[in-house]
Amino acid sequence: MRRFSWFNATALTLGFAFLYIPMIILVIYSFNASKLVTVWAGFSTQWYGELVRNEEFLNAAWVTIKVAVMSSTIATVLGTMAAYVLVRAGRFGGRTLFSGMIYAPLVMPEVITGLSLLLLFIGIGLDRGVLTIVLAHTTFSMCYVSVVVSSRLVSFDKSLEEAALDLGCSPFEAFRLVTLPIIAPAVVSGWLLAFTLSLDDLVIASFTTGPSATTLPIKIFSAVRLGVSPEINALSTIMIAIVTIGVITASLVTKQAAVRQARDERMAERPA
Amino acid sequence: MSQNVFAPWEDPNEKPLIQFKNVTKRFGDFTAIDDLTQDIFAREFFALLGPSGCGKTTMMRMLAGFEAPTEGKIFIAGQDMAKIPPNKRAVNMMFQSYALFPHLSVWDNIAFGLKREGKDKDAIAARVEEMLRLTRLSKFAKRKPHQISGGQRQRVALARSLAKAPKLLLLDEPLGALDKKLRQDTQFELMDIQEKTGTTFVIVTHDQEEAMTVASRVAVMDEGRIIQVATPAQIYEAPNSVYVADFIGDVNIISGRAKPTGDKVATQWAEGQPDILGTTTTKFDAGQEIHFAIRPEKVAISTEEPQDAANKLQGKVLDIAYLGNISTYHVELPTGHVIKAQTANTRRLSRRQITWEDKVWISFTDTAGVLLER
Repeated sequence: MRRFSWFNATALTLGFAFLYIPMIILVIYSFNASKLVTVWAGFSTQWYGELVRNEEFLNAAWVTIKVAVMSSTIATVLGTMAAYVLVRAGRFGGRTLFSGMIYAPLVMPEVITGLSLLLLFIGIGLDRGVLTIVLAHTTFSMCYVSVVVSSRLVSFDKSLEEAALDLGCSPFEAFRLVTLPIIAPAVVSGWLLAFTLSLDDLVIASFTTGPSATTLPIKIFSAVRLGVSPEINALSTIMIAIVTIGVITASLVTKQAAVRQARDERMAERPA
Repeated sequence: MSQNVFAPWEDPNEKPLIQFKNVTKRFGDFTAIDDLTQDIFAREFFALLGPSGCGKTTMMRMLAGFEAPTEGKIFIAGQDMAKIPPNKRAVNMMFQSYALFPHLSVWDNIAFGLKREGKDKDAIAARVEEMLRLTRLSKFAKRKPHQISGGQRQRVALARSLAKAPKLLLLDEPLGALDKKLRQDTQFELMDIQEKTGTTFVIVTHDQEEAMTVASRVAVMDEGRIIQVATPAQIYEAPNSVYVADFIGDVNIISGRAKPTGDKVATQWAEGQPDILGTTTTKFDAGQEIHFAIRPEKVAISTEEPQDAANKLQGKVLDIAYLGNISTYHVELPTGHVIKAQTANTRRLSRRQITWEDKVWISFTDTAGVLLER
């Protein structure tokens, strides 16, 4: 049987066209010399130059990165802790309820998450700004981290931790010296996932932000309402590039590391 | 017997290193260990032997501190272990999966426990080097666990668990992964290391040959209980039950009714067949259920009727298993019982005279077998 029949090729082309044509158009128009988005007037990189000189965008970009780094770091710590307890603690009362509750925010509509956080922040009188966005992003991205990390922990040979305890480690030392180094690739990919989620979140950020902190997605969204400018195209292209490069390197690195770890671990056990 | 036989369990003044006192362990409804009391002495090589699910691994995990007894107490060197976590016990374990740390080198794996003790660097290095020499791993110190062979990994696991010089070393099916030849070599190596270091070893295994080879005493377990504890020779020659006789080595069991005759006990086992005579110190009542157990190598086989045997039975050869050094004959009696008889092949194959379907006599003395109540 031929692997690439006409049917397969067509399905593949259509599918990918559907996914990527909008983005390709955006990238092409970011190099448009004309100020009118819909009219092609030759190749130019002038919009990239203007972008660099646009303070508002640069500020927004800086806020976004700050928020993403902080929230994904906190989310990684909390998510890893949650995953560890849920996988390791065995069967305690309400365990199913807890693991269900960890995953629920994954399917919760963002509008609801955003609204409830907004109400909380108003309720406790917290001024909205960078801090509130960080808290909000941590809230939803830690579930993703915990999913990634717990799937790794499930396949983790428990006797490695027992060996560490047996050799004189306290439970925390066993985690720090044995478990964490071995599950590190999963923790890193959890962090990257949280980072990218925070980077492109619009809904929750717009609920929880204040006048002092505007993230890039919010900035773009509000700029587009006044009309699409080629500058926005250029900015979006840069974001696509960053995310693409980030995701590809992250997946390559973590996959390689995970494969190597899995092999090391398997090899460190007795031969079959 | 030779001088200074190692048998602390026979000395009433000797203090046991490990004491299980009425220990019961339940997992939900399942009883893994059932009211078990047992002493293990310092410098012993104690084997826990039994089929999977008999509770032997649970016993070991309770010694290591990974499981707590549901009832009863465990003492190590006189100290109640109930409140002591695994990392505070002078007990180390060699895991069935080896559990080597994949991210650390052989050297760091062995040094791991020593570093936790907070010893100074030179002391750690000296001890690791000593362990590497003992297990002949010096060449592989810098390698990661995945870069060495199965046998080497097993030695790293042993070196790591011995590095802290524990009072007690637990070995969980340590040789299961090795092929037969390597396993035998390693068994002798283990005994050697045990003797050199003077550590008490408790080994869990389902391989009876391994238990017999390495252990000073063997405990045969079934369903959370210890059925018999004795030296390998006693276990083999004087099992206390059909279960033990059957579990260790090959055995013929003939069940019947006891008929005490003088200082001997006869087993009435089939109509029209002569009773089987045996000697025992156990008292049997007439008509009591009795099981006569005899090892195949203690059953002689011949084509002619033996003259002066205490027990002789006639049958025909059903099957012959030729194993090179020995042959096992399966002899079917007129009653349908199949008795295994083993002979050493001291002659070349071509000269052997018994073959399939031959009418043969099997015979044994009245001390060759064991009489069992259950």
